[in-house]
Amino acid sequence: MNLLFPGARVQGILGVVPSTELDFLEDMRRFDFPEAKSLKLKMVMGYDKHRVAHPSTCVSDLAVHGFQHLFAQGVLQPAEIDALILVTQSPDYLVPPTSFVIAGRLGLPPDLYCLDINQGCAGYVIGLFQALQLLQQPAIRTVALVNADVLSRRVSRKDKNSWPLAGDAAAITLLRADPAAPPVHGNLKCDGARHQALVIPAGGFRTPSTADTARLEDAGENNWRSLDHLRMDGAGVFNFVMTEVPPMIDALLQAAGVVRDSVDSFLFHQPNRFMLHKLADAMGVPHDRMPANLVEKFGNSNSVTIPLTAALNLGPDLTRRPMRLCLAGFGVGLTWGSLLLDTAPLDFCEWIEYPEPGA
Amino acid sequence: MNLETRLLNLLHSVRPEADFTSSQDFVGDGLLDSFDLVTLVAEIDRAFSLSVPGTDILPENFQNLAAIAALLRRLGAA
Repeated sequence: MNLLFPGARVQGILGVVPSTELDFLEDMRRFDFPEAKSLKLKMVMGYDKHRVAHPSTCVSDLAVHGFQHLFAQGVLQPAEIDALILVTQSPDYLVPPTSFVIAGRLGLPPDLYCLDINQGCAGYVIGLFQALQLLQQPAIRTVALVNADVLSRRVSRKDKNSWPLAGDAAAITLLRADPAAPPVHGNLKCDGARHQALVIPAGGFRTPSTADTARLEDAGENNWRSLDHLRMDGAGVFNFVMTEVPPMIDALLQAAGVVRDSVDSFLFHQPNRFMLHKLADAMGVPHDRMPANLVEKFGNSNSVTIPLTAALNLGPDLTRRPMRLCLAGFGVGLTWGSLLLDTAPLDFCEWIEYPEPGA
Repeated sequence: MNLETRLLNLLHSVRPEADFTSSQDFVGDGLLDSFDLVTLVAEIDRAFSLSVPGTDILPENFQNLAAIAALLRRLGAA
């Protein structure tokens, strides 16, 4: 479906990454895997470094650290936040929603709209849609969208297809009501029939975690994971992305009446360099207009990858000049969503580190 | 050098120890794993100055030498 949101603008983007950095080649040495193949994979897929949170670090810790930075910088006051949206797949608790935990720790006044959204790699686009929708309300002038995950602890360290790219991170995107802002165009599709393509089988109410669900099983190619770990039908998801994303972007640009060449940057979810280059080639987009370096720097942090890619690559541009951005997220659900955004110069677009315990 | 010979050279660069001439099912016979497949596509892209479309990166198109050669001929590589 096509979506349209008038009257709102992005004020700024802040990324927060844990200070602990792991190395792809070091990871792969723990497997029975030839070094020469690891080096080729590093080049093709872009795997290099990834940030992983300490087991005691939760989503609310990363988010609170980011908000405190924004308060200290004077770009946001606690009382200005009318709505706090958190997109995560790794909440602090099953109950209550972690957005309330964050609001409580920040001491936000109760005249507040709090909402958790369980979404993955399309979660930035979904979160923006929700924020833009809330900003249609006269009482809501400022929305803080938090994307955060510490899902690495649900990725098997004995699964070489998944562990070397696992990344933990958070991002805070501030959105403000602005009647003069150009409309934001969106496109969203959801296919629940394919919900098993990306799944953590155990740990919910369908299959609670037990000693049995924690037992590692041979997943082929010398990869071991349990029912408590994230599983992905890699070939199926790759094919889904290649089949569904290019036509979605065509539909988005057509609905907005915008030509592809007028887009300054295609900020897509960052699964790996190979997939992003294949998407760019399929869409006729030059590689230098679709950043593909987040996985090599920080790893794949699910819904956080798009704002973190912006902070990593476009900070100086986004804070100095207007830009036209095409955003796309795709993954768990299955979900694929995109958004065309004309930004005014942002007040901030940067990333900071969360100092891990013992760091 | 014909297309099949060039492809065999690329396959050997990905998995030097494997005998690709005697298999009709590279993945099923354990000659190529998922990482090898991605590396092979990247090698093909580079060697033939093209980009194998993502929608063509399917197991059946990389099942054996004849299947890969047929894909590349369809993409205009030979």
